[in-house]
Amino acid sequence: MNAPTNLVYERPEGFTDTPTHYCPGCTHGVAHRLIAEVLEEMELIPKTIGVAPVGCSVFAYNYFDTDFVEAPHGRAPAMATGIKRVLPDRIVFTYQGDGDLASIGMGEIVHAAARGENITVIFINNANYGMTGGQMAPTTLPGMKTTSSPNGRDVETQGYPIRMAEMLSTLEGVGYCVRRSLHDPKNIRLAKKAIRMAFETQARGLGFSMVELLSTCPTNWGMTPVASLKFVEEHMVPAYPLGDYKVSDAIKQVKI
Amino acid sequence: MPKELWKGNEAIAEAAVRAGLQAYFGYPITPQTEILEYLSRRMPELGRAFVQAESELGAINMVYGAACTGARVMSTSSSPGVSLMMEGLSYIAGTEVPAVLVNVMRGGPGLGNIAPAQSDYNQAVHGGGHGDYPRIVLAPSSVQEAIDLMGLSFDLAEKYRMICMVILDGSIGQMMEPAEMPEMKPIVDRNFDWATNGAINRERRILSSIYIDPPAEEVANLRLGKRWREVQANEVRYKEYYLDDAEFVIVGFGTAGRVALSAVRAARTEGIKVGLLRPITVSPYPYQVIDQLAGRVSGFLVTEMNMGQMFDDVRLAVRGRVPVEFYGRTGGVVPFPDEILAEIRRIAAGQWTTDRDPRDAWQARMVSVLER
Repeated sequence: MNAPTNLVYERPEGFTDTPTHYCPGCTHGVAHRLIAEVLEEMELIPKTIGVAPVGCSVFAYNYFDTDFVEAPHGRAPAMATGIKRVLPDRIVFTYQGDGDLASIGMGEIVHAAARGENITVIFINNANYGMTGGQMAPTTLPGMKTTSSPNGRDVETQGYPIRMAEMLSTLEGVGYCVRRSLHDPKNIRLAKKAIRMAFETQARGLGFSMVELLSTCPTNWGMTPVASLKFVEEHMVPAYPLGDYKVSDAIKQVKI
Repeated sequence: MPKELWKGNEAIAEAAVRAGLQAYFGYPITPQTEILEYLSRRMPELGRAFVQAESELGAINMVYGAACTGARVMSTSSSPGVSLMMEGLSYIAGTEVPAVLVNVMRGGPGLGNIAPAQSDYNQAVHGGGHGDYPRIVLAPSSVQEAIDLMGLSFDLAEKYRMICMVILDGSIGQMMEPAEMPEMKPIVDRNFDWATNGAINRERRILSSIYIDPPAEEVANLRLGKRWREVQANEVRYKEYYLDDAEFVIVGFGTAGRVALSAVRAARTEGIKVGLLRPITVSPYPYQVIDQLAGRVSGFLVTEMNMGQMFDDVRLAVRGRVPVEFYGRTGGVVPFPDEILAEIRRIAAGQWTTDRDPRDAWQARMVSVLER
């Protein structure tokens, strides 16, 4: 086969040649690609060890061309701690959804951040449990219908959303903690830059880093991919404001 | 090395260090906390990893992560904490990575108390986490034996890519005894061909306990089973006392076995021909030696610090050929040698229980204890 003469887009080196299992229109694929591009640009692929979660991204290890382990539900930050503490010169990242990170794994994420573990966390917030079929997550918006809040999340009985980026940014051990969104090209570019800064934080030993990414779940939201992106822009972003919640002075100096 | 006076928990910690422990992750819980405290000082001074985790869930998953890199790693806890670790143990087993977990058992169920007990036998040996998985379980009966078994526990875990638990009751963790430490072993990079330590100049590796395709999970379980059969064939350990001419035999592990030995010695001075079998590996269990003994002795007495858990394993080996009696203390109560001696005398007088589950008969005899 002849190579195209003007190649403008290809699979990043950080990816394996595996067809995606994610639903059409899901932004997991975008988030995966951004991570792979950053690892390639920073030449970190051989020294990176990923920690996959439980949830839709349970199979994340199929896509990244790095060593990978697969954690129990919510425990990825603890596993990452174990890896990083014995291999401090390696790059260790977790990839976790909102049920994994903000519900069952709340203890692990908070304490990994409080200890200032030199790991990077990519947190996918799509406001529901995708893998099990769209149940209410800690991040589900008030009034939002899910299979376990069929009349819409009633804050009187089912509580309020948890804003993880804001919460973790209060901890001294955190070097970099921001929220971005994947709903349009501009925001995707900003998300990539944030992922880069998160890995730069780790590479420089500047503490815990996390990028929260507002994401879609067209299948469980019962929306088209385009309508899902619109939903993120119109409903998720107001509830989860985008921004830099903590950027340590040392990482502010980093120019890329 | 000369003998020194060592507290059990600290001896376990130092023995693990000398066996090349590279990372320790733990959480405070009585009666094992001295292991955590000791290693909080010892590991950093050697430049090794130590983390006091946020919970036992955190600790066992830190162990899981470090184990995936091929490092020598352990956690320690006590009964309620070990219950919390069962999820992690199942994942570690399913991922086929080596790890050591020490359970300094206390009275239960529930919050129970902080006194010595052996009531996590079934959890360690037969149950615990979900799924079909084997595990090696060692049961020391003294501080010295605990020291000796720590090095072995890492070797076995790595040889068979399996969890190795060390179970002891709180009394061994808390008491001081003269004991000899081994020499310090250097940290060795074992460079395992399965370790996820960064794909530098090699193909990438994945470590996972997920087999989404059921036939693949079946293959994995059969692989674990095959490895377990090797463990059963090669790693059974036990200690025999006065068995050569024994007419009946006590079976007890850990502290219950040690107390029984005092009772056996006292009975011998009375001319009662009783022996003692003390399993050191309670998993794999020494079924074969009990099977052989069952062919020549008149019966067994199982002594445990629980309601009769290992009792079932002895009965399994005996297969109904001779009576098996039970005497236990539970809830954090340690039997005195005199209590076991009284049982020995009763049995020597021919009073075997044959009409019902010997645990029922024991419980009926315990009424006098409960009424005290």
